[in-house]
Amino acid sequence: MPDLYGMINVPTVVWIDEEGRIARPNDASFASNRFKLLTGLDSRRHLKRLRAWVRGAAPALTPAEVRAHQDLPTAADQEARAEFTLAWWLSRKGHADDAERHYERAAELAPHDITIRRGSMRTRGLNPMGLAFLKIAVKSALTRTPLYRPLKDSP
Amino acid sequence: MHTTLTLLHDGRADQIEVADLARPAISAEALKETLGWELKPEGLCRDFMCISVDQDELVGEDGLDLRVLADALQRPLVSDGKHAVASLGASHHDRGEALASLDAPDFTLPDLDGNLHSLSDHRGKKVLLVAYASW
Repeated sequence: MPDLYGMINVPTVVWIDEEGRIARPNDASFASNRFKLLTGLDSRRHLKRLRAWVRGAAPALTPAEVRAHQDLPTAADQEARAEFTLAWWLSRKGHADDAERHYERAAELAPHDITIRRGSMRTRGLNPMGLAFLKIAVKSALTRTPLYRPLKDSP
Repeated sequence: MHTTLTLLHDGRADQIEVADLARPAISAEALKETLGWELKPEGLCRDFMCISVDQDELVGEDGLDLRVLADALQRPLVSDGKHAVASLGASHHDRGEALASLDAPDFTLPDLDGNLHSLSDHRGKKVLLVAYASW
């Protein structure tokens, strides 16, 4: 699903209308404010918008607005996913050492893709809740590259 | 002397016989069976679509050069020679075009009991698609 939808972290939320059309593209929003202190994301505005859309009280985004918000995958993003697929396969076949350089290459190609970087940690013997993730979070803060990317009309 | 190459693509792992792992080439039959494309005089074709390709570059003694093929299809190809495995990713052009069409890409996933569910099963209803992970 991250490949099909160009998702680079979780949570990622997409609104899809009755005709199967994307009514609001990839947005970072939690279901509650449990992680607000860590992520800076306030779920209340998104939930308020969502409820209004579901009840028919407010429209979703227009097609032009959806396209303007979309961050479409690049060639490097797709090469990173191919490297990740290869590394994952090698890991599952018991070749963890050989998988490592493919995981590293995937991270080089798409450093912003947390589904690859954090998603591969358990397979690599790293703790996705520990120091390995903390390093990514600190570098993200220092380089002003957001880990979570809410739509610009979000709070 | 042929070697078996595992080709990871489109959620599948296919075994393909190749003569040279460093420069893998596949037969026209394998191309059709694995990727659904056919080489015709007008280029690489699938369904009603054909892509122009330099056939002198694509076709060699051992078959169709997989790297030239991947370039023509704008799909990334990465490999690990030691384990005879290659991964053919999706084209960024295709993924981008699909998303920009605003038609939500369909997918099928199992629930906790193993029952399969497709996004398209929910046509006619508003859907909130939430991707989450416990890592």
